[in-house]
Amino acid sequence: MNLFEHLGRYLSLMRLVFRKPEKASIYHKQVLIEMESLGLDSMGIVAIVSVFMGAVVTIQMAFNVDTPLIPMYTIGYATKQSVILEFSPTIISLILAGKVGSRIASEIGTMRVTEQIDALEIMGINSSTYLIFPKIIASLFINPVLIVFSMFLALLGGYAISAITGLVAPHDYLYGIRAFFEMFDVIYALIKTVVFAFIIASVSGYHGYYTKGGALEVGKSSTQAVVHSSIAIIFFNLILTQILLA
Amino acid sequence: MIEAQNISKSFGEHKVLNDVTIRFEKGRTNLIIGQSGSGKTVLMKCLVGLLNVDKGKVLYDDRVFSAMSFREMKSIRKEIGMLFQGGALFDSKTVQENVIFPLSMFTQQSHEEKVERANFCLSRVNLENVNHLMPAELSGGMKKRVAIARAISMNPRYLFCDEPNSGLDPKTSNVIDNLIKELTEEFDMTTVVNTHDMNSVMEIGDKVAYIYKGELWWVGSKDEILHSDNPELNDFVFTSELTQRLKDR
Ligand SMILES: Nc1ncnc2c1ncn2[C@@H]1O[C@H](COP(=O)(O)OP(=O)(O)OP(=O)(O)O)[C@@H](O)[C@H]1O
Ligand SMILES: [Mg+2]
Repeated sequence: MNLFEHLGRYLSLMRLVFRKPEKASIYHKQVLIEMESLGLDSMGIVAIVSVFMGAVVTIQMAFNVDTPLIPMYTIGYATKQSVILEFSPTIISLILAGKVGSRIASEIGTMRVTEQIDALEIMGINSSTYLIFPKIIASLFINPVLIVFSMFLALLGGYAISAITGLVAPHDYLYGIRAFFEMFDVIYALIKTVVFAFIIASVSGYHGYYTKGGALEVGKSSTQAVVHSSIAIIFFNLILTQILLA
Repeated sequence: MIEAQNISKSFGEHKVLNDVTIRFEKGRTNLIIGQSGSGKTVLMKCLVGLLNVDKGKVLYDDRVFSAMSFREMKSIRKEIGMLFQGGALFDSKTVQENVIFPLSMFTQQSHEEKVERANFCLSRVNLENVNHLMPAELSGGMKKRVAIARAISMNPRYLFCDEPNSGLDPKTSNVIDNLIKELTEEFDMTTVVNTHDMNSVMEIGDKVAYIYKGELWWVGSKDEILHSDNPELNDFVFTSELTQRLKDR
């Protein structure tokens, strides 16, 4: 299938996904379950990646600002800007595309090849709404939380590395990350996060839902889910940045 | 009553069903028999609308199913119970959650009422004390029986069973067959069963349709099947030593 066929089928699936749910109470419960399995279960990896990323960015900034002409707090400031504008929203979303995306695609794909989706349809349930809608809603709520959590930990990682290595004095670092704070930077990051969250859940749901065949194809769909959602994230990152910052 | 009128279905070049016309009566167990790969599952999936037919139509008590809007189709689906060939239990839910799932979705019953109904359905298929097991913890035959319990939990008007007793021992198989027959008569359901088990045919075959290479080849009752002179049907029915001897007597 080429890109346009995928796109057409994706859009018509999204129309089905956003139909009126059968019973609100079931969906509320489903959203909570998904928040736990898509969000809480990702906390660990997000935390590890963020702390190390923050530390590395700080070292790199210190390496670049190796001249007495520039004040040391610039290191903290530059670290904060990179973390908030790009590292947390984009890199963590890419990691979530790998972790959450493959999980969604393989879960729904397995249900497809074992006829569980047909069983839902026979009961008169909108299977696409039932399976994909709660995952999208849960991601839209939980991913921003994960990203803010990541920003915080990345800056903490930077602080820890400055305290350990002395590349920058901790109080300069702290001054830097608080200097020239723009609320809009965080809003920009959260807008990106929400768009990426939608991409991850819907593209992966799409690939899972249209799995055909058996276990082998489930693996293929989950790979495709990760590849396609990552590409879409990179692409929308450019578009959104151009629109919001330029 | 369910009617299929001149339905055909192909996958690409491969013609699986060719102009099949058949009626399934209410209050009776209607059997579809045929060799593996003859198109039984495809026919059943066309009847319930999981596959779109290329030609022809399907009627549920004179309501033309194949021409319905999505919403009308959904209202009929709520009257359908189906047992899939592979069971198709929701593997992230326990046995009990599987059986009460349609009830939670479409009724306002309290949790106690739903559990009571689940226990009743499970006891009908001779399953007790398995409510809190996951499908992965069940044997093949138990999965099948849970799937039957789930299919009947909503008191369907139309019941479809795709090979209800493949993978079951003869005794359980017999229990399941009779359960299907009993439920059919008790609730006056229209029941369609796919099978290639001759024991089931002789046990519950009120009306038997033989599918041969995607065509409806022969229709009759379980008594007529033994005396038919249709060569392809005889070929299918009298394959084993045992049945051959029956025929010769
Ligand atoms: N989704 C599909 N795509 C392509 N071909 C299919 C599909 N489903 C079934 N077929 C083909 O249709 C034919 C009939 O399959 P079907 O599953 O109906 O057989 P069956 O009579 O149920 O056999 P069994 O007794 O083994 O279950 C087979 O040749 C199969 O290859
Ligand atoms: Mg079959």
